Amino acid sequence: MIWQFDLYILVLLVVTAIVSLRVRDLLSAAMVSGVYSLLMCLLWAEMGAVDVAFTEAAVGAGLSTVFMIATILRTTRRTTD
Amino acid sequence: MTDLMEFVVSRFNYWIYVVLMMIGLYAMISKRNYVKKLIGMTIFQTSIILFYVSIGVKSNATIPIVDHHDVVHSEILVDHYANPLPHVLMLTAIVVGVATLGVGLAVIEKIYRQHGTIEEPELLADVDQT
Repeated sequence: MIWQFDLYILVLLVVTAIVSLRVRDLLSAAMVSGVYSLLMCLLWAEMGAVDVAFTEAAVGAGLSTVFMIATILRTTRRTTD
Repeated sequence: MTDLMEFVVSRFNYWIYVVLMMIGLYAMISKRNYVKKLIGMTIFQTSIILFYVSIGVKSNATIPIVDHHDVVHSEILVDHYANPLPHVLMLTAIVVGVATLGVGLAVIEKIYRQHGTIEEPELLADVDQT
């Protein structure tokens, strides 16, 4: 565990979490939450949990982003908050 | 004062987990859009999983895979490998989290077909009318 790398990724995680909740376009919110999942996967790989990391990359960053985009395309893209 | 600073700085990753958890909780409570609420739920879940994974970290340890060569030629020290127990437990939690997200998104789609909106105040107004 390299603490500089750790701190950098954790700060980026907080930034992407806030951005994905602040942005007004739901498609952009889904994409930024995919970036959040990928950063989380990077952090877990760095912590030595490789099995958790590749599950998160496949399931968290890949599948759940696809689910979210599918739902947004079938419902509506605009939101007020 | 320096003791307090040292206490805060040496545990910076735990503070950031708490911040991430509170961001997720805030989104679940106060966002009006249901997709935003689900994104908040995902952030909440991953922050808890991150906390558990970080418990298994040891300094100067490698990933918990034992090399075939090491088994034959030298003894295996447990200090040289990260603790795999929290990893295995959290692997299940990730899959359960994605299943929850899928069910939630399916419910959102059903709500949109029936009421034509995925915003909570508009949905409540529509339910009151009918």
